[in-house]
Parts: sequence; structure tokens; C-alpha cells
Amino acid sequence: MGRFFLIALPFAWLLALFLVPFLIVLKISLSDIALAIPPYTPTLDLTEGWAGIRAFLSQLDFENFTFLTQDDLYWKAYLSSLQIALIATVLTLLVGYPIAYGMANAPDHWRPTLMMLVILPFWTSFLIRVYSWMGILSTEGYLNQLLLWLGVISTPLTVLNTPTAVYIGIVYTYLPFMILPIYSALERMDASLLEAAEDLGCSRLTAFWLVTVPLSKNGIIAGCFLVFIPVIGEFVIPSLLGGSRTLMIGKVLWEEFFNNRDWPVASAVAVILLLILIVPIVLFQINQQKQREAEE
Amino acid sequence: MRRLTWFNATSLTLGLAFLYLPMLILIIYSFNASRLVTVWAGFSTQWYGTLFSNQGFIDAAKVTLKVAVASSSVATVLGTMAALVLVRMGRFPGRTLFSGMIYAPLVMPEVITGLSLLLLFIGIGLDRGIFTIILAHTTFSMAFVAVVVSSRLMTFDRSLEEAALDLGASPFDAFRLVTLPIIAPAVISGWLLAFTLSLDDLVIASFTAGPSATTLPIKIWSAVRLGVSPEINALSTIMIGIVAVGVIGASLVTKRAALRREAEERAAVQG
Repeated sequence: MGRFFLIALPFAWLLALFLVPFLIVLKISLSDIALAIPPYTPTLDLTEGWAGIRAFLSQLDFENFTFLTQDDLYWKAYLSSLQIALIATVLTLLVGYPIAYGMANAPDHWRPTLMMLVILPFWTSFLIRVYSWMGILSTEGYLNQLLLWLGVISTPLTVLNTPTAVYIGIVYTYLPFMILPIYSALERMDASLLEAAEDLGCSRLTAFWLVTVPLSKNGIIAGCFLVFIPVIGEFVIPSLLGGSRTLMIGKVLWEEFFNNRDWPVASAVAVILLLILIVPIVLFQINQQKQREAEE
Repeated sequence: MRRLTWFNATSLTLGLAFLYLPMLILIIYSFNASRLVTVWAGFSTQWYGTLFSNQGFIDAAKVTLKVAVASSSVATVLGTMAALVLVRMGRFPGRTLFSGMIYAPLVMPEVITGLSLLLLFIGIGLDRGIFTIILAHTTFSMAFVAVVVSSRLMTFDRSLEEAALDLGASPFDAFRLVTLPIIAPAVISGWLLAFTLSLDDLVIASFTAGPSATTLPIKIWSAVRLGVSPEINALSTIMIGIVAVGVIGASLVTKRAALRREAEERAAVQG
């Protein structure tokens, strides 16, 4: 009895509020937009029994998905989301690796403090952290003021509302997700391996490439997936920092729903986004599994 | 390995400066007297005054706190139950589906979660408001609680619980008196994580909130879309301050607890 209750309660909750909503999205993505409440057709009428269900099913079609392939806004948005996520992941790795390396090589009694300093921003509001860059990057912002004062530039740079601002925002907010797995891989590394490499005639840089980087490979892979996967569907960063020229699919979905009120197309956008995400998520799972097996 | 120290020191300094300078600038300019946010015109606390006299922000803060307390508490109960199911219950029909549904919200884009829940609420005719935001937040944050608690349960020594059962405790008493006190730190950090996620959420709340309930992130969002504003700087400073005090306080408390435990263990060994 206790066992049944323990399993049934969270199971029922997840079925009702996680699985069923997805089935509804899937169903609406096959429907047509209509000027009605709710704004799509057909709606299922169970009072007519089997005939109602058959009539309902016969009206579902893949029209919205064909529409997504015809209008180049959508596939451009998917491609541009993947491209932005890929470039941003590489940039986050380039910024995050030296920090993780510095943490792993810091004196022992500093490490808990450094760890807390890296995690602390993660607990503060994501929205506020993205917002803080608006004041820095705008035309009359602090960055331009500083550069003008230093005499590096003579006219203000346009950074806000460009892809550059989006990259800065992503690197800034997702940095802890990159640093922590790399740090935990580097921390477990045996320092004598580096000494051995150097005794055998490697230069410091060669030893870094041939010993440190391969040994932190798992941390790098985990960090890259942890940044890449959520960035593809990102909405807040492109909306606040990217301006109208930055195309990302999360933003397109939002606008399709709230501005155009086209629920069927918004649902179709969501279904395709999910299908795209399955590939990196499965790869990530396989990688984690392999890592666990290697550790045992 | 402790060489290259100049390199390590530089990368740490630059890295931490990158992480903290934007927030520091925000805090400094929240005390700016000028409405032109990027021009410094002397020290003033006037934006805190206008913030606290703005009823819209105060109402939104109340809604946000209610939602966060309710959703994180329900999510902690459900997430802990889910963790027990994942780690303890072995095989049962639908187990793969169950664990899939636990882990999926962790990687799901918020726009999809928000859209799907909104379509559900409209489909069943539930009026959108505080209640629907609580349902939505509970669903995605229980996954985070389940992950935190199940990783603690995996390293848990089951013989303690078996001893209690052998000594005649009921399964529920064994859980309440033995298991729960041991996994309590994980349960508490799960609750804190769920609470923060709920406080922070803009996207899912925007989809599931009706006109009757506006949360703080939604309020901030509609203000900052128009550009930088001094009231939002003041509000951000307050929020950053609360989090900093909370996180540093929590780490001091755990540190002290660990020291006390060590001292007690030493005393017990010597005693």
C-alpha cells in the first residue's frame, strides 16, 4: 500500500503535468489556426462517440510542418540557433578552461572560497545578470565611456543589439556550467604525470597538450553539452541583448505565440525544436554512461 | 603543477572580475542621483524610495514569494518521493517512463515547458493565476529536487534503516527517524534550489500567469525591455544582496556544523 502510494503520487503528477501537455502540443501542431476560442480547429467532441473521434483525426494534418519548411524564417532560425549555440560553447570553453585550471592549481585552502565565488552568480537572478550587460554595452554605456576616455576609439562602438552582445551574455551566464565539470576533472589529475612528461623532455606547453588536456577531456565534454543544449532554446539573452537582427528559435516561438497568436505554428516550432534537441541529449547521456562505467 | 603561478593568478583575477564587475557596476549605479543611468551625478538613495512606493512592484514581490514558497515545498515532497522511487523501488511497470519524465525537465527549453503547460491549462479550462504558476513551477523544480536527493540516497548506508526495521520500527517510522535526518541536508538544498529556480523564472511564469497574477521577473522584464532603468538597478541590488547574505550565511553554518561534528567525534573517541 505504502509502496503503491509512493510511486503513484509523483508518477500521476508527472503524467498529468508533463506528458499530457506534450501530447496536447503535438495534437495542436497538427491542427489549423481558427478565429475561435481556443484559436485552433478541430476540437475533439467526445459526445459523438467514435464518429466524433474519427472526424477529429481526419482533420489533423502536417500542414504546419510543411509551412515551416516553406517559410525560410523558421529554418534560418533553427540554423542560426545551432550556430550561435556552437560558437558560444567554444567561446565559453576558451574563457572557462583557464579559470578552472587556475582554481585546480590554487592553494588548497583557497579552493572552497573560489568554488563559492564561481557558484554564487548562479544563485542570483539570471534575468538580472543578463540585464546588467545592457548598461555596459549600450552606445552611451560604460564600456564605450571607458574606451573613449582611454582614447582607444573616437566614436562609440555598437555592441548592444548585435550577435556579439548575445555571445557575451551567453558566456557570462553559462560560465559556471563550463567551469565546474572541468575543475572537477582537473582536480582529480595526478600532478606527477606532468613531472614525468617534463622529465622525459616535453616542454611545458607540449606537456599541457599531451597530458592535461586529454585527462580533462571528460570535463570538457560535459561542460560543452551543459552549455550547448540549453542555449539552443534560449529566449531571454537574444531578446534583451540581441536586438531584432539576432534570430533564435526560442524567440521565434515566443513571438509566434504571444504576438501572432498562431498556436498551431508555435506548437509545430516546439515539436521540431524538441526533435533537434534529442540528438545532443542522447549523445550527452551516452557520454555520461561511458564515464560512469570507466570510473567503476 | 604549482608552477605557472603568474598565469593562474591572472586567469583567476580576470575570471572573477568578469563574473563580478557587471553586478558591481549595477550596484554602484543604483545609488546614482541622475535618471540618465550611465551618467554619474552624485550619491542618492532616491531610487530605493521610488521602488518601495511603487505598489506594482510590492504586489509582484508578494506573488513571487507565495509562488516560490508553495511550489518549492510541494516540489520537495514530490521530488524526495521520486528520488526514493528511483533509488529504492527497483522494477515496476512504467519505470523507464518515470525516470524519463524525471530527467526530461532538466534539459527541456523553458519556452516548450511553458507553452505545453499553458495549452493544458486552457484545454481543461483552468483559470490562469497564482495557482497555475505554482503547478508549473512545482513540475519543473521537482526534477531538480529528485536529482539532488537521489545522488545522496545512492551513497546512503541501508543497513542503518534495516537495523531500525529489525528493532521493530514500521517502514514509515524507519524513514522518519533514520533516513530523513541523514538525507536532510540534501532535502534542504533541494528545497533551496527549487525556491531559487521559482524566484528566478521568467519564461514559464509568463506563459502560465494570467492577468491577475504578475511575478517580479515578469515585472522586471516589461521594465527592462525598454532599456536600463534606475529603479530596476535598485531592485537588482536588493536581490543580489539577499542572495549573497543567504549563500555566505549557509556556507558558514555548514562549516560550523562540520567543525562541531568533528569536535564531537573526537570527544566521543577520547571519552
